[in-house]
Amino acid sequence: MKKSTKNVSDVTIRFAGDSGDGMQLTGTQFTNTTAILGNDLSTLPDYPAEIRAPQGTLFGVSGFQVHFGSTEINTPGDTCDVLVAMNAAALKVNLGSLVDRGAIIVNTEGFSDRNLKLAGYASSPLADGSLSKYQVFEVDITKLTQLALADSNLSSKFIDRSKNFFALGLMYWMYNRPMEPTIKWINSKFASKPDIRDANLKVMQAGWSYGETTEMFSVRYEVAPAKLAPGRYRNITGNQATAWGLMAAAKKAKMDLFLGSYPITPASDILHELSMYKNFGVKTFQAEDEIAGITSAIGASFGGALAVTTTSGPGVALKTEALGLAVMVELPLIVVNVQRGGPSTGLPTKTEQADLLQALYGRNGEAPIPIVAACTPSDCFEAVFEAARIALKYMTPVFCLTDGYLGNGSEPWLIPNFDRLQDISPKLRTDPNGFMPYLRDEKTLARPYAIPGTPGLEHRIGGLEKQHLTGNVNYEPQNHEFMVKIRAEKVERIANDIPLAKVEGDQKGEMLLVGWGGTYGAIKTAAINLRSKGFNVSHLHLKHLNPMPKNVGEILYNFRQILVPELNLGQLVKVLRSKYLVPAIGLNKIQGQPFKSTEIENKVEEMMKGKS
Amino acid sequence: MLVEEIKKEAAAVQVPKYTAKDFQSDQDVRWCPGCGDYSILAQTQRVMPDLGIPRHNMVFISGIGCSSRFPYYMDTYGFHSIHGRATAIASGLKMARPDLTVWVVTGDGDGMSIGGNHFIHLLRRNVDVKVMLFNNQIYGLTKGQYSPTSELGKVTKSTPYGSIDYPFNPASLALGASATFVARTMDRDPKHLQAVLKKAAEHKGTSFVEIYQNCNVFNDGAFFHFTEKDTKDDNVVFLEHGKPLIFGKEHDKGIRLNGFTPEVVSLKDGKYSVNDLLVHNEKDTYLSFILADMTFHTDVPRPFGVFLAVERPAYEAEMTRQIEFAKQKRGEGDMNKLLNSGETWVID
Repeated sequence: MKKSTKNVSDVTIRFAGDSGDGMQLTGTQFTNTTAILGNDLSTLPDYPAEIRAPQGTLFGVSGFQVHFGSTEINTPGDTCDVLVAMNAAALKVNLGSLVDRGAIIVNTEGFSDRNLKLAGYASSPLADGSLSKYQVFEVDITKLTQLALADSNLSSKFIDRSKNFFALGLMYWMYNRPMEPTIKWINSKFASKPDIRDANLKVMQAGWSYGETTEMFSVRYEVAPAKLAPGRYRNITGNQATAWGLMAAAKKAKMDLFLGSYPITPASDILHELSMYKNFGVKTFQAEDEIAGITSAIGASFGGALAVTTTSGPGVALKTEALGLAVMVELPLIVVNVQRGGPSTGLPTKTEQADLLQALYGRNGEAPIPIVAACTPSDCFEAVFEAARIALKYMTPVFCLTDGYLGNGSEPWLIPNFDRLQDISPKLRTDPNGFMPYLRDEKTLARPYAIPGTPGLEHRIGGLEKQHLTGNVNYEPQNHEFMVKIRAEKVERIANDIPLAKVEGDQKGEMLLVGWGGTYGAIKTAAINLRSKGFNVSHLHLKHLNPMPKNVGEILYNFRQILVPELNLGQLVKVLRSKYLVPAIGLNKIQGQPFKSTEIENKVEEMMKGKS
Repeated sequence: MLVEEIKKEAAAVQVPKYTAKDFQSDQDVRWCPGCGDYSILAQTQRVMPDLGIPRHNMVFISGIGCSSRFPYYMDTYGFHSIHGRATAIASGLKMARPDLTVWVVTGDGDGMSIGGNHFIHLLRRNVDVKVMLFNNQIYGLTKGQYSPTSELGKVTKSTPYGSIDYPFNPASLALGASATFVARTMDRDPKHLQAVLKKAAEHKGTSFVEIYQNCNVFNDGAFFHFTEKDTKDDNVVFLEHGKPLIFGKEHDKGIRLNGFTPEVVSLKDGKYSVNDLLVHNEKDTYLSFILADMTFHTDVPRPFGVFLAVERPAYEAEMTRQIEFAKQKRGEGDMNKLLNSGETWVID
């Protein structure tokens, strides 16, 4: 039959199935291929904490959402246009995010009586008319996969496992994407397992051919490339960008990179990534616990390595005492917190921004630590590089906050020219003349970086209060107050050395949306949409949270209303209110999920209509 | 100057002829008068000149407790850190800088209690770090609570009815954690202490030295049985590699193995001779467990000396080896190449 092609500007697809169904892989492959085609995109992997939850259950559903288009894409999409549901539970969990008239592609095999029961359906939604407002495409993916592999020698278990490639092939056909990138990937990934390689290739082709030949699908969609800034691009996740940013920082610091880390979701991928690059001289140490992760890094920093520890909120809690030590001994250290839902173990695989106050204040004593936050997956590269720059220049631990959404999410990235990144190498002290361990640089107030091995600079550091200049143990009242103040001032002075904050939209007006971290895309989209509806809305997104850029107060005073959307109970808003005495209001969501831009738009409209 | 350049220069410096005095810092020592720590500090400062290592390449790292003030008194690089974590800090430093000589100074509270986890993992990894554990069987700096090595029934400020915590035997714990060098010595035997420290310094891999140390304020005389002249000979057996286990004032007693059980025999009554005695072999891991287990048995003397000294690749050496291997195989890492690797596309 003749198939027609329809042009659309953007599409959101959600792949959903059992946590063992390979949905993350399917989504990632679709994303990479889409990126290569030149679409802008944003992704949201959404998976359970259980590795292989019992099959067919609601809590075992794993999803991967990708939003791509020919226009600028800033969020993974509030709703999805297409839902690929591998079983009944996947349908039930995700149906709420599907737009009316949206397409559902279901694997009918996943709707057996047992599946329906596990998903809590009294009757099959495929038969009872409850899906009438959607376009439902029933495909027996499992059986079609088995048919495609009828003459293979693989066990039924392996055959079953390749069914995600059928779904992928079908979606490639439907959205007119080439299969070559995935073919290439399968060829290299399964090079040593030719049976499985051939099976996956065959099944993906079968999915494509099914779309091409069956009468069920009459329309294909075309999404033209986006008009992105010229240059060479790649797709990158936040955790990968963090790892590469650290490696780039170490090279530009002319130091070896040392990572002390303990596996924790959703930060472990940084450890995995860095452990691959031994030929860059990267030293990764999987410590016995979070405390050894950070303290080994402090030891490495003392020795002159660019030292990092990567973790998530519960890990930061354990590192707290060592953070205080790093503040006291004034050694450079980068602490990456890929935030997740808390408190305690909380929601390990879900995103949240509730560790800002922990980063700002979560230590005994007056222990200021600079904070940099990434706002998109690729921005993790710049954010962590900036954290390294500050750490080395000011001899201080620095927090780099990302979150699960940024860490696992991906987007196209205009590849930076490494040669153009700035040199951040520290000035190591070698001259014994006049050396004192706590003699400070006049401008930055940083103490000298004097590493073991340097003749004549033998000295002792430690967690006890230091005497100004000499660094000897000292308990004098005036000295303690002086040292507390000078450590605080050192961090404050970083404000002289960071860019001024920039407002997107009018510089003065009715409504300012203030955000930080991973909410950037949702807030930006909301502000753009609101402006197109005629609302006077601007957007300020903070990358430096401690200290803040010097013009933040001035910006805030230029707006009548300030709304601070955050995935917590209101942390930045507290800081802004106390620091700048402005009547900022919070918009808070604590569901382990990113903001939908419509949630922000609705709140702003309510506030602005109420006032006018 | 770059780290690499500093390392090169440090290695090129000719090691001066040091004396113990060269290792004394300008800080006043602030332990209680009569504390066993003074002797340990003095013996350490005496041993250091013999090692042939420049002062600027030595780092002493400690945690929290009386013993952990040690680094302030050594004129080397030093780091007085936080409770229990010296071993982890030392591990990180040694991994980053295998060219440095790294010592850890800890106590029975710092190393066995709050730092127990890092302690065992340091030993199993065999990072080339030298650990001195000052064991005084009490918490001194917090003024007299029982420690993980205090004996059962010990009455302290926090155990008015006596301790019900069964104590660790640090040597057995270290062996159980697959240590490659385990030794025990005492503050009141300067010669033995020096000899053991020297052996520990020469070992490649983690060296663990338990040092019985008298806390004359909160636990005075805890080890007098083993350290004082009139009782020492009959209660202590010194382990020497390749030599039979003989002890006693008159050198008239020995240890023989009855099955796997050490027992005291007389060399006077004609029943046994030196040839029947257990001969120490510090390369024998099986034997080391038996010897260390003699510690809490009252029918045998307490062993001092080197329980075990075996070779196993040091962790940081393996780490360096993997890095060199990767560089050889894949070439020195190139950041621009990495950034542009894999699937990329151009937008005009």
